[in-house]
Amino acid sequence: MNLHEYQAKAVFRSYGVGVPRGGVAGTPDEARDVARSLGGEVWAVKAQIHAGGRGKGGGIRLARSPDEVFRHAASMLGAPLVTHQTGVAGQIVRKLLVERGCEIEREHYLGVAIDRSTDQTVMLASREGGVEIEEVAKRSPEKILTEQIDPVCGLMPFQTRRIAFGLDMRGERALKRAADFMSALHRVFMELDCSIAEINPLVLTKNGELLALDAKLALDDSALYRHPDLAAMLDPEEEDPTEREAKESSLSYVSLDGNIGCMVNGAGLAMATMDIIKLHGGEPANFLDVGGGANTEQVKSAFKILLRDDKVRAVLINIFGGIMKCDTIAKGILGALEEVRFKAPLVARLEGTNVEIGREILARSGVGIVTAADMREAAQTVVRLAAANSR
Amino acid sequence: MKPRKPSFVWRPRTLDEGAMSILIDENTRVVCQGITGQAGAFHTRQCLDYGTKVVAGVSPGKAGMRVEGVPVFDAVADAVDATGANASMIFVPAPFAADAVLEAHASGLRLIACITEGIPTLDMIKVKRALRSTPAVLIGPNCPGVISPGKCKIGIMPGYIHSPGTVAVISRSGTLTYEVVHQLTRLGIGQSTCIGIGGDTVVGSAFVDLLPRFEDDSGTTAIALIGEIGGRAEQDAASFIRAHVSKPVVAFVSGKTAPRGKRMGHAGAIISGGGGTAAEKIEAFRQAGVTVAESPADVGETVAAVIGSGRR
Repeated sequence: MNLHEYQAKAVFRSYGVGVPRGGVAGTPDEARDVARSLGGEVWAVKAQIHAGGRGKGGGIRLARSPDEVFRHAASMLGAPLVTHQTGVAGQIVRKLLVERGCEIEREHYLGVAIDRSTDQTVMLASREGGVEIEEVAKRSPEKILTEQIDPVCGLMPFQTRRIAFGLDMRGERALKRAADFMSALHRVFMELDCSIAEINPLVLTKNGELLALDAKLALDDSALYRHPDLAAMLDPEEEDPTEREAKESSLSYVSLDGNIGCMVNGAGLAMATMDIIKLHGGEPANFLDVGGGANTEQVKSAFKILLRDDKVRAVLINIFGGIMKCDTIAKGILGALEEVRFKAPLVARLEGTNVEIGREILARSGVGIVTAADMREAAQTVVRLAAANSR
Repeated sequence: MKPRKPSFVWRPRTLDEGAMSILIDENTRVVCQGITGQAGAFHTRQCLDYGTKVVAGVSPGKAGMRVEGVPVFDAVADAVDATGANASMIFVPAPFAADAVLEAHASGLRLIACITEGIPTLDMIKVKRALRSTPAVLIGPNCPGVISPGKCKIGIMPGYIHSPGTVAVISRSGTLTYEVVHQLTRLGIGQSTCIGIGGDTVVGSAFVDLLPRFEDDSGTTAIALIGEIGGRAEQDAASFIRAHVSKPVVAFVSGKTAPRGKRMGHAGAIISGGGGTAAEKIEAFRQAGVTVAESPADVGETVAAVIGSGRR
């Protein structure tokens, strides 16, 4: 789960990670009031959406008076913001963060993440901040400083010093400030079960303060049960409504651009099914992963979501039962078809636990489901039927 | 503070030499942690039916019960003392699963298969740290488990699709593993041991931790490896295969056409070297002399062709 910048900064502030002074606004009037109460001469007006690239897309604007803050807010709120991560439709801006400007001496990058190759957390830093850090990593990997963090010892002072030296911070006071900042960020990561905590840019102000000018926090969904206060920060507006509905049935649903609806169990098989559909010239319209634990009711409601998609010209059901039983799938499919009028062809390939019962249920139902013996036949058939049904 | 490097120095104990499988065999005695839950009970039955010696269950506070005829104990140590259990199969709910793994380890079990899905990543980081440099092998979490067909099944994979033989299967996926095993069996190609290592960010055993065992196992003649996009596990496997594996390897990488999801932040991509794409992994395998199947429907046939021609 991702947090908005303003939420992440509130978390940072409570852990002692320095952030600029600011406030949240939902209307232009509120934005102007926030600017006035903050004081100062320059303010940043920042769109609160879950996507990177806001600066380039016009989602971060500077204002030199509270009235200019008002005007920026009026043009940003309620309008879609398009960045390279939002897709062409963009994301509607519903909230703004108004911050008091600060005088920047230098911009760096600082982040904490999980290193899959060492199974530890890792602190990353770079002197080059405020830029596409992924590009820096690709172009000149030596510019990325890395500290592996032992889960028993935690982030050690010598490690924070090494990063500070790498960022050209010298002297007792600067080192202490950097160490406190990094330790606090690491504490946020560990105590709140984050998967990413990223500050880009981290700025050193002319007053010698370290501030997180931007903040990205992603939380480990599996650990949200330990953090009900953070789970409550979820912004449902940021999620695809159909994907959210599927999630409420404990299933995962992904919307795509093609015309073949797909119901599969397991992420690996789902990706492989998408690969084989494309290999045979088709394009998936969506993907429904029913996972392992779903019951008939959940399969039914999920299958209804899939059928509701107007783009769907044919449906492929590719199930290899393990924990999931094929008869559960078959009953769920039939339950959905009783409630939704659906004319497009259905191709089913069932294998695994209780496969005989599942096939029997489908065969006896008389709904005319085309059965396939294996994955290749299933993919070829559904691609052909979808093409025929699109003419 | 130095990052842990995968250990390539493992050598089988003399006892294992000549065994036709790795990790488990017909003498493996299994304790099921979380046996009183729905999934634990159901799969204990399935494993018993397959012929696995499930000798004990553990559910704190429920000692004295029986589930599917299997005696239940309060602690793993009690189960080990009473039944000689030497491997664990874990179905304990996610919030308590890390504790279950460490209890199994503290009770001397050498093989721990954790089926549980949704364990917090930071819990797993601590578990991995605790198991580091110990002889315990953790498979999973969030995985189907491990099976040596005809001998022992520890996990949730459907038993009937497997057949005994000499091709090893190792995979990050669950159901896609079944798909591949099913293809092999239909072509008359049996399996020595099939392992689903799990799809989580942090897994107990990576490809590189298990490949040495397959290389050393006299009962394995070829290896089918199923990877997917994300991380560097496949690239690490390719490097290891290139340097240390003499047996033929066939690979498939799923997610070649997966759309790049909306992401937040780039820290994850940076540490994986900016990569993790299917193309990069496939290229690494080809460089290592691994035969890569183009379609998920072709993995079985590709293995057949490779075994038939004896090339790698």
